[in-house]
Amino acid sequence: MKRNTKISTACISGYIFFLIISFVFEFNPGKEIGYNFISFLLYMLKILPCAFILIGLFEVWIKKEVIEKHLGKESGMKGYAWVVLLAGTIAGGLLVAFPIAYSLYNKGAKLSIVFTYIGAAAICRIPMTLYEASFMGVKFTMIRLLVSLPLVMITSILLGEYLTKRNYKIIEGK
Amino acid sequence: MYYTYTITGLVLIISFIINKQKTLKAVKIAVVKFKKIFPTFITMLILVSIILFLFPDEVISNYLGNSSKFISVLLASFIGSITLMPGFVAFPLSGILLTKGIPYMVLSAFTTTLMMVGIITFPIEKEYFGVKVTIIRNFISLFIALSVAVVTGIFFGEIF
Repeated sequence: MKRNTKISTACISGYIFFLIISFVFEFNPGKEIGYNFISFLLYMLKILPCAFILIGLFEVWIKKEVIEKHLGKESGMKGYAWVVLLAGTIAGGLLVAFPIAYSLYNKGAKLSIVFTYIGAAAICRIPMTLYEASFMGVKFTMIRLLVSLPLVMITSILLGEYLTKRNYKIIEGK
Repeated sequence: MYYTYTITGLVLIISFIINKQKTLKAVKIAVVKFKKIFPTFITMLILVSIILFLFPDEVISNYLGNSSKFISVLLASFIGSITLMPGFVAFPLSGILLTKGIPYMVLSAFTTTLMMVGIITFPIEKEYFGVKVTIIRNFISLFIALSVAVVTGIFFGEIF
């Protein structure tokens, strides 16, 4: 782990050094990469604090039994409906979905529900879907949702069952 | 994006009114978790910045427009998998590509992989789920994206 940290620190410092050199000597590809980096960093910094605060509140307020009851081993189809709805209302896509999914899992949601959450967070966030439909047409968006959402659920159930059989556990930071 | 802020703000205030200690604890959890994952985020952003430089919009539309439909679908899913774009960039871009005559099925492969398959988010995903599950999930997502593309092609009359 320590060696990894050293390597990544070296990479990051090298990258920053490269950007500084590029800006000083007007090296255009380097400058463009720098602008990309900054614009994405700003975008992330806009979304992530909200997501992590919501995760914090979730960890503090929501009781484990509630999640276990609605999203745990005993939950049926309703659990999937809940989790798709939850995914649909939270902005931020995959990046935000990973830590949230991890929190859900820690609170006792079963694996298939966790994977459904990730898939649904990627493909059917409500604001983004409306946005998509306005550019691509309602037919395009409907086909995409109607095909991908059931597939996400089916594959999540299969993957969840497979991993549960093999006693897989999600461990943060591994 | 703003509605996320509004909701977060409201929830935070309500929580604070009900229980100060719990709310502070929540914020602390948020900070700790954020700090833990932040270096990985930076690594990912570095990858993003380089890859976006290598595949700018013009390159993407060039490649997707100049080959046969099926090769385009594969190319589109490849590009969609290795790049990461927020929806507010990806859909306008797809809208433009559509007016340039690029088939719906190619664009559906592009947008779906863009949203579901994350080679660039791999470092983050593996922090939470481990390497193996991350690889499996991404392959499943690629398969889903290709299925969506095929069905889109059928419904828009682009395959038969």
